[in-house]
Amino acid sequence: MSSNADIYHEMIVDYSRNPINYGKIENHDVTFHDSNPLCGDSIDIDMKIDDSKVTDIKFHGKGCAICMACSSVLTEITKGKSIDEARSIEKHDVLSELGLEHLQAVRIKCALLSLKVLKSALYTYIGENLEDTQDVDKLKEEAANLY
Amino acid sequence: MQSTESLFENVRKDFPILERTVRDNKPLVYLDNASTTQKPNQVIDSITDYYQNHNANIHRAVYALAEEATEAYEATRDKIADFINIKNRQEIIFVRGTTEAINLVAYAWGRPHIKEGDIIVTTEYEHHSNIVPWQLLTQEKGAKLEYIGMDDNGELILDDLDKYLATGKVKLVTFSLMSNVLGTITDAEKIIEKCKAAGVLTLIDGAQAVPHMKVDLEKLGCDFFAFSGHKMLGPTGIGILWVRKSILETMSPFHGGGDMIREVHKYETTWNDLPYKFEAGTPNIADVVGFGAAIDYLTKIGMDNVREHEVELTKYAIEKLSAVKGLHIYGTKDISKRGGVISFNFADVHPHDVAQIIDEEGIAVRSGHHCAQVLMEKLSVAATSRASFYIYNTKQDIDILVNSLNVVAKVFKL
Repeated sequence: MSSNADIYHEMIVDYSRNPINYGKIENHDVTFHDSNPLCGDSIDIDMKIDDSKVTDIKFHGKGCAICMACSSVLTEITKGKSIDEARSIEKHDVLSELGLEHLQAVRIKCALLSLKVLKSALYTYIGENLEDTQDVDKLKEEAANLY
Repeated sequence: MQSTESLFENVRKDFPILERTVRDNKPLVYLDNASTTQKPNQVIDSITDYYQNHNANIHRAVYALAEEATEAYEATRDKIADFINIKNRQEIIFVRGTTEAINLVAYAWGRPHIKEGDIIVTTEYEHHSNIVPWQLLTQEKGAKLEYIGMDDNGELILDDLDKYLATGKVKLVTFSLMSNVLGTITDAEKIIEKCKAAGVLTLIDGAQAVPHMKVDLEKLGCDFFAFSGHKMLGPTGIGILWVRKSILETMSPFHGGGDMIREVHKYETTWNDLPYKFEAGTPNIADVVGFGAAIDYLTKIGMDNVREHEVELTKYAIEKLSAVKGLHIYGTKDISKRGGVISFNFADVHPHDVAQIIDEEGIAVRSGHHCAQVLMEKLSVAATSRASFYIYNTKQDIDILVNSLNVVAKVFKL
């Protein structure tokens, strides 16, 4: 029987100790912050966007090993993708990378906080760069219904 | 006479949940008592008995069941009066818990009495329930919320209080008798003495203190006092607000509805007597009865024995945990100034990861901000792990906790 503690394998622990893409982008094109009200974990994502492509992405904040590892993996996946490709990143893409597909419900929010921040950042960017306000409302609704 | 040690050995037999195992067949080690406590058979049975034999609405009908239900409900009010030494039972209001009690004061006392420019003083180690209602009130009224600071030892800096009182604008000082994160026991007598000298009212959040030590309101001399049943062996959804009668008489109603009225006409209403003016609607009768059984249980053990047992456990836990390399305990190590609540961080491992790994060993500890983000900011941490004790905990529970930290160290290569 696999136990819940098995999630703490080498990769998770390593990422939590040495997160990838950790830091800030001073001249970012978009930034977003969110936190988990239950545990106080908090993540900021900064992105540089050129020609509808995420050319640079960094995150910073405080979180548990799961949160840090998933933020690292997510930023790695996102870097270099077009906005449309980045928008279609799903939770499975992050979780499977770290073998966390069966993460218990109470920890799933730790794993997906950075994805929520990424999507909100993308929608914010798209919203600011769109002229049709109907689309903005639709995007906001989509962002709110992520989880 | 029974020795204290054997008294507490027998206590465990009353708690059926302590017999179960969790995760991979590990005995449950429940160390989250500051959050909520487990319930003894005596409490569980009293609720079952109420529903099986006495259930009826109270204060209304004249038939036998209604009389029994009313008697059982009101009997708890008398037990509470004895338990925390209150002379006038009319000053005791049943609420859902400490949070509702404080909100009731902020609404029913705060709205008629707080004006623009007034100051309400709280402390840096409060639970959100003793911060947010005051933010709502002061923002609405254009009043100010100020904080008594906390020193590195986790104790309040009372010079801050003097500074605020000197402005002459303070209307209320509100503080917890024991911090739910650090376990610090507040020097309530000193705060109240200063406030009385300045003619300022005091509210005490007793949620963490009443379950763990003898509390005497007559001696304390505060004006408002709140606590919860579920943190002291009672059911969830029931708590107490006590307000000095002279102040209660100046308060507007909180909820309007049945039971809180004397006469209702189309366009005006007169209020029921105290405390019923503040108990609108059908109350949580069964859980009030259960709360009464919890008070009986604790009274039988004796609150001085409860405190002695926890001092013993806390002393042992601080000694054992301090010996773990890389483990940092927050707050004072002076046992006389703290209750059985120990917040800690283990090296650079996030408290969630600590809690998850030791959960596999059957240990229930809380990890997070403990509804005290102002305090977390002050400590410059996002979260802590917290072990908190009660009457059924043993030194063996603490040994299991300490041993489980070896697993954490191994996983995180500490």
